[in-house]
Amino acid sequence: MAHIEATDPNGYKPNQEIFSEILQELAAKDRDIIAVTSDSRGSGKLVPFGKKFPEQIVEVGIAEQNLVGVAAGLAAAGKKVFAVSPACFLTARALEQIKNDVAYSDNPVTVVGISAGVSYGALGSTHHSLHDFAALRCINNITVVVPADNFETAQATALAAKTNSPVYLRFGKRVMNNLKDVNDDTFAFGKGRVITEGNDAAIIACGETVYPALQAAKLLAEQGINATVVSMHTIKPLDTDLLANLAANCKAIVTVEEHSVYGGLGEACAAYLMQHGLHKPFRIVGIPDEYTVTGSQQDIFNHYHLTKEGIAEVVKGLL
Amino acid sequence: MKMQELKKKSVEYRKKILKYIVGAKAGHTGGSLSCTDILNVLYNHTLKVSPQTFTSPDRDRYIQSKGHCVEALFVVLADKGFFPEEHLETLCQYKSHYIGHPTRKVKGVEQNTGALGHGLPIAVGNAIAAKLDKRNYKVYTLMGDGELPEGSNWEAALTAAHYKLDNLCAIVDKNTLQITASTAEVCNTDPLDEKWKAFGWAVKEVDGHDVEALKAAFDSLPFEPGKPSVIIAHTVKGKGVSFMENNLKWHHGVPSKEEYALALSELDSSMEKVLI
Repeated sequence: MAHIEATDPNGYKPNQEIFSEILQELAAKDRDIIAVTSDSRGSGKLVPFGKKFPEQIVEVGIAEQNLVGVAAGLAAAGKKVFAVSPACFLTARALEQIKNDVAYSDNPVTVVGISAGVSYGALGSTHHSLHDFAALRCINNITVVVPADNFETAQATALAAKTNSPVYLRFGKRVMNNLKDVNDDTFAFGKGRVITEGNDAAIIACGETVYPALQAAKLLAEQGINATVVSMHTIKPLDTDLLANLAANCKAIVTVEEHSVYGGLGEACAAYLMQHGLHKPFRIVGIPDEYTVTGSQQDIFNHYHLTKEGIAEVVKGLL
Repeated sequence: MKMQELKKKSVEYRKKILKYIVGAKAGHTGGSLSCTDILNVLYNHTLKVSPQTFTSPDRDRYIQSKGHCVEALFVVLADKGFFPEEHLETLCQYKSHYIGHPTRKVKGVEQNTGALGHGLPIAVGNAIAAKLDKRNYKVYTLMGDGELPEGSNWEAALTAAHYKLDNLCAIVDKNTLQITASTAEVCNTDPLDEKWKAFGWAVKEVDGHDVEALKAAFDSLPFEPGKPSVIIAHTVKGKGVSFMENNLKWHHGVPSKEEYALALSELDSSMEKVLI
């Protein structure tokens, strides 16, 4: 049974804190694990990592292009590298380094975009990353992963360390609930995670929007509408088997993401569905193409209806 | 390798660079000819790397930041036995691995380059890894003077000095020309030695066509313990072919049949001088 009504986050942590804890566990066992930071160890929750493993952290200062280039060079020399920086800078300023030095040269760096989406909501568009899925989806040879809860974050971090090819991990700052009471050990990149099941509609979300999607499902259930909720933690490669399955079994599909409505999870799903003749009522919920409103992350979610009520309304509109 | 043999190699390489550029009807002629002697000394004297040791964690690393001058690199790698030279007959052809920039599909190439300002950060990462692993290999990267305005170079230059990477050597092929005009006109980077020094590097300036001087410079690495080293190699774009030297046209000009014949005859006569 899903934790639909859990609103008290006690006991849970921001995903980037979980990331740091898992990275410390990995680093203690493997001296080839290296974190590379651009004055970002504080926001990346890597201060304890740096204290415990001073030989396994490389600080380059505020220089994201260099961060990714250096990470690629370390990876080429056999290190298991996590290049950690706010997603807004990392995937814009250093996009060419991600494209060429990591993906094209096939250096197995895990590029870690922290404080992603509108985590820094009040700081304005310079600090928002609403473009990163779009930018990275069209770069060959990088897996794009957006864990929703602490469980997925721990799994994704450990898996990235074992993966011998480039990975992008994206986290936010919000304290995240675990989505399920019991987690099985089947987490894999490219395999969406079904959180709750229902045949009326499918809500496909990722990252920090999975929780409001799950709350929307609860709201809908009270009105007799049963929705499947999926954490589509891997944006690329997309779990198209699951998508086809949802299209076959649900009457409508809604996607939700903390990203521009252009080029992200929603458009990835739409492209697959259209090209495979799976025509279902379909809507993309995300951040529209406009000067993004500012405020806290929750303010921005509220403004653009990335809320349980907003998502439930969109689902009902399709049925 | 004896000095005369090294000098002979330079002439042979230049002839082959032109041969494959003519065959491909494409290439960065001027810049490949300006860095020929540097690559010659690196691969025939300095670098501890061979086809047999290319996957060894202890090999020296060479990353060509000025990736567009790939013809010079391919000719040298073929000569060192990384792949059969006839592969270069496919240069820039449909589906050939031998494309207009270095890629790791070609044995001997460490990193895919081509976008400028990328070699030095990667080399810094390699050099930090060597320090962390207490390995003795050295890391070399060849940069064009035209690519120095890329800010990523200077980010990496700071990091290299910060981590005291005396196992790192950057070589600037300072041929003073880029596609539009002279580097001085496009974006002046002089005084270059002072810039590198200010960034915490140890600097040597050499004639980039004097193989003896290049050899001596590489032999004296690191120039100062605890500092990364940079060799500012003063070169001539199009070196070795009189009508190509210092001429913008040859940035990526491809010789006609007549020009190719003329170039070869000039190079043959310079070979005679080497052999005396």
